[in-house]
Amino acid sequence: MIRGAVLNIATPEGVTFSLPLAGPVSRGMALFIDFAVVSAAFNLLAPLLGLLNLGLGDFGAAAGILIQFIMSETYFLVSEILGRGQTLGKKVLGLRVMDERGLKLRPSQVIVRNLVRLADMLPAMYLVGGACSLLNRRCQRLGDIAAGTVVVRIARIKQPDVENVLGGKYNSFRQLPHLEARLRQKVSAEEAQLALATLVRRPDLEQEAANQLFSQLAEIFREKVKFPEETVFGLTDEQYVRNVVDSLYRKK
Amino acid sequence: MIIDLAKFVEKERPYWDEFERELNRVSEGITSLQDLKYSRRMLNLFQRTCADLGRIGAANAEPELKTYLEALVARGYAEIHSVGAGAPGFRFWHWLLGTFPQTFRRHLWAFHASWVLTVVGAVVGAVLMGADPESREVLFPFSHLTEQTPSERVAREEKKEGSRELEGYKARFSTGLMANNIKVSINAVALGLTYGLGTVVLLFYNGVILGAVVLDYIRDGQLVFLLGWLLPHGSIEIPAILLAGQGGILIGRALIGWRNRDGLRTRMRKIAPDIATLVGGIAIMLVWAGIIEAFFSQYHAPVLPYWVKITFGLSEIVFLYWFLTWCGRTKSDEEGGA
Repeated sequence: MIRGAVLNIATPEGVTFSLPLAGPVSRGMALFIDFAVVSAAFNLLAPLLGLLNLGLGDFGAAAGILIQFIMSETYFLVSEILGRGQTLGKKVLGLRVMDERGLKLRPSQVIVRNLVRLADMLPAMYLVGGACSLLNRRCQRLGDIAAGTVVVRIARIKQPDVENVLGGKYNSFRQLPHLEARLRQKVSAEEAQLALATLVRRPDLEQEAANQLFSQLAEIFREKVKFPEETVFGLTDEQYVRNVVDSLYRKK
Repeated sequence: MIIDLAKFVEKERPYWDEFERELNRVSEGITSLQDLKYSRRMLNLFQRTCADLGRIGAANAEPELKTYLEALVARGYAEIHSVGAGAPGFRFWHWLLGTFPQTFRRHLWAFHASWVLTVVGAVVGAVLMGADPESREVLFPFSHLTEQTPSERVAREEKKEGSRELEGYKARFSTGLMANNIKVSINAVALGLTYGLGTVVLLFYNGVILGAVVLDYIRDGQLVFLLGWLLPHGSIEIPAILLAGQGGILIGRALIGWRNRDGLRTRMRKIAPDIATLVGGIAIMLVWAGIIEAFFSQYHAPVLPYWVKITFGLSEIVFLYWFLTWCGRTKSDEEGGA
């Protein structure tokens, strides 16, 4: 139910984009990291607070209480405001809190979602929050519902290297423009997309799997249009598919 | 139907690169979308990217490219459509002297509800204490109130040793009080998520304790001590708790949706900034109350005459009343009020 949950947002510009939502497991792991960070910070600061207590007496002890209070109560709040929706744990796991309408996160939303954390933690170990995000189609805990926020997965996305796949290689099919035209007519958009995606992912494929995939694709395309023997002589299945894709996507 | 993908990418890539670069600059705060010329350029780039995503989607082309463009559009949408949605920048004094009291007044009914619940609780507490004086051990949560009668406590506190009890501990006592009170108040607001029921119970219980303590001291003839002890910090601390109740009741009402046709998400979204403002104001009030409780309230006569403490406490009440009622008022508020 949760796996692959996405938040679809339609813009006034008339396009729809999807944001992949983080599930309870990845969120729980981020929370675990955050708690580990806070407790590590407590342990690191303990000797310093002891020194403060010794050196400054009452004021040192007060500073210690204040530092511990601020760290435990405001860690999530401050790091989500300053980190644009990311605590350290969320950053490690590639998660980000954002407005459920796809807009920028406002500080008031961060305050409210962290205020309601108390209810999410009940009765223990975030049971209420965990159960709520399991049942909610947007994987929201109570704090998210109250603040109108969602936690999304952010992957570092780079521009695909389409030019590298299509450009710079000799295509023997170009000598036969009438057959290329027939190919464009007979190949469906889905088949073309599948062939292109296979070429883009070629470096990630195992040799045996790649051979099998290209063989099947080449077989499909061969049945659509018969190119003369001298044009396809010596072409491997992969080269055949590459030529087909070049013919499909290249402008006439 | 099938577009020339390589050529399309080659032609559009400079615009995507520019848009991505500028989005990075905006999110890092290097540039601002408040600049009209710049925002027009960004809007142009955003619309172009949207159109590209539309073309790619219609062509059913390469999914990796589609994912890339979707991510770019998502970032652009968040930046461009959020312009003007939030405050241009947080100005502390403007928030404290304007936004906070205005927010309090906007939801005055919730404060009144919070006040009424506490008063009803106080009356019940006083009645219970009056009917059964032995119930103080059950009603009072603090041992220093149950282990001694008010008269015994006053006698002890008025001795020099009593006043020096906190010598060397005031700062940590004050900080501990602040931290504890802020936590309790945050709980009162958060309990609004139980459709306001948790907040109602908390306010009522708080009132019961307050009413019982007040009657206990009055019956023992220690009204002046009580006022001198409670007023300096209580005149800020008790209203802060009432404000926390106001926040909790607001959340409860938004959940129930009473007299509101908006959907749940819209209702919650509308009150979120006000809840955040109330919580910020409550925290400041409780920091002040904590300092006063540790450094002022714990000194009693003869070290600090009661009239000084009572006058100070009453002055705080007058100031707080003025602050919450009049501070940040605009001309339209006054016309509306009249």
